[in-house]
Amino acid sequence: LALYFHSGEREEKCIIEDVPSDTLVIGNYRVQRWDIHKQDFLESAPGLGMFVTVTTPSAEVLLSKLYGPQGTFSFTSYLSGEHIICLQSNSTRFVAFAGSKLRIHLDIRVGEHFLDESVVQAKDKVNEVNIRLEHLIEQIHHVSKEQNYEREREEKFRKTSEETNSNILWWAVVQTLILISIGIWQIKSLRDFFISKKLV
Amino acid sequence: LRAMPLRAAGPRGRLLPLLLVALAACAVRASEITFELPDNAKQCFYEEIAQGTKCTLEFQVITGGHYDVDCRLEDPDGIVLYKEMKKQYDSFTFTASRNGTYKFCFSNEFSTFTHKTVYFDFQVGEDPPLFPSENRVTALTQMESACVSIHEALKSVIDYQTHFRLREAQGRSRAEDLNTRVAYWSIGEAIILLVVSIGQVFLLKSFFSDKRTTTTRVGS
Repeated sequence: LALYFHSGEREEKCIIEDVPSDTLVIGNYRVQRWDIHKQDFLESAPGLGMFVTVTTPSAEVLLSKLYGPQGTFSFTSYLSGEHIICLQSNSTRFVAFAGSKLRIHLDIRVGEHFLDESVVQAKDKVNEVNIRLEHLIEQIHHVSKEQNYEREREEKFRKTSEETNSNILWWAVVQTLILISIGIWQIKSLRDFFISKKLV
Repeated sequence: LRAMPLRAAGPRGRLLPLLLVALAACAVRASEITFELPDNAKQCFYEEIAQGTKCTLEFQVITGGHYDVDCRLEDPDGIVLYKEMKKQYDSFTFTASRNGTYKFCFSNEFSTFTHKTVYFDFQVGEDPPLFPSENRVTALTQMESACVSIHEALKSVIDYQTHFRLREAQGRSRAEDLNTRVAYWSIGEAIILLVVSIGQVFLLKSFFSDKRTTTTRVGS
């Protein structure tokens, strides 16, 4: 687990994953706590856990579980869209505890099906190529799903642009009508007023 | 990084540590993360890299404000390798000059109230070959060569797809912004128009009101 970032003790850190439907997303994380006395991050922090919450594009909670200081979570999206993965520690310490922070190592993999390396190590020639081909087929399926999802999003984009276009036209017409009718009303009203005041 | 079984030192004794170093340098990790950067915030990421590894950092701003962010990449000694302000998209390749923890930060501190969604892809090392040549006796068969070229092609397809997805998300975000702004501005303008015109008439009428003792009466 390579990439890491720092977070406050009770802070919730979220990342966004825009995935097509029926896609498997696997996340690996490891969390370390800062120790004031040693001025370093502890190797292991017993009792420290992380709440992992996954929210779907329709604001439903897909996954909400408490894992230990190190864990793997996964979910399969059934809707396509932006899924939000949030990590928050279950620490009960006060936020005012100065200098406490967490180091979170994170690795998220989308839509990939990993080769079982031990199987590949088998010396059987035909099997090795077989397995590589299966992996390639999985990759192609993933590409195809992403393209399908892209088509849906482009349609939504096009609809928004066309809506903006017709909105502009409609509002311009409405404003012109308001302008003309208000102008007529103004003149009529003032004329009647001046006549009544015997100024004209 | 695959664990190499330890062998007794012999004629290949010198080769083994070299191979291990080569393998370590080839350890490949690619992390891509999309996250939301709140206004006036800075988010840093750290990664431990071995010397001699070729790394690529690529980032793009997807939604928010003027679609720009500050980015800065530092090596373990604190030397700034890359620093750009208010960039929408950039890609930076470098070779790690020493071992240690490299740090890169995205900053939205110049923005007062817009959240930005930033995507970055940090690739460390090159991909391992599909058919490793350690225990190879013959050259790659046709099947294997075909697999390798398909794999390379698919990797570039996935790469282009990601870029396209991000550009499309950015375009769509701008279009939705534009739509909301047009709607609000039009309604606002119509209201202002009505209020001002009606107000003008009543104001004018109030100038000729009988309550005031005007001094401009042409009197009898």
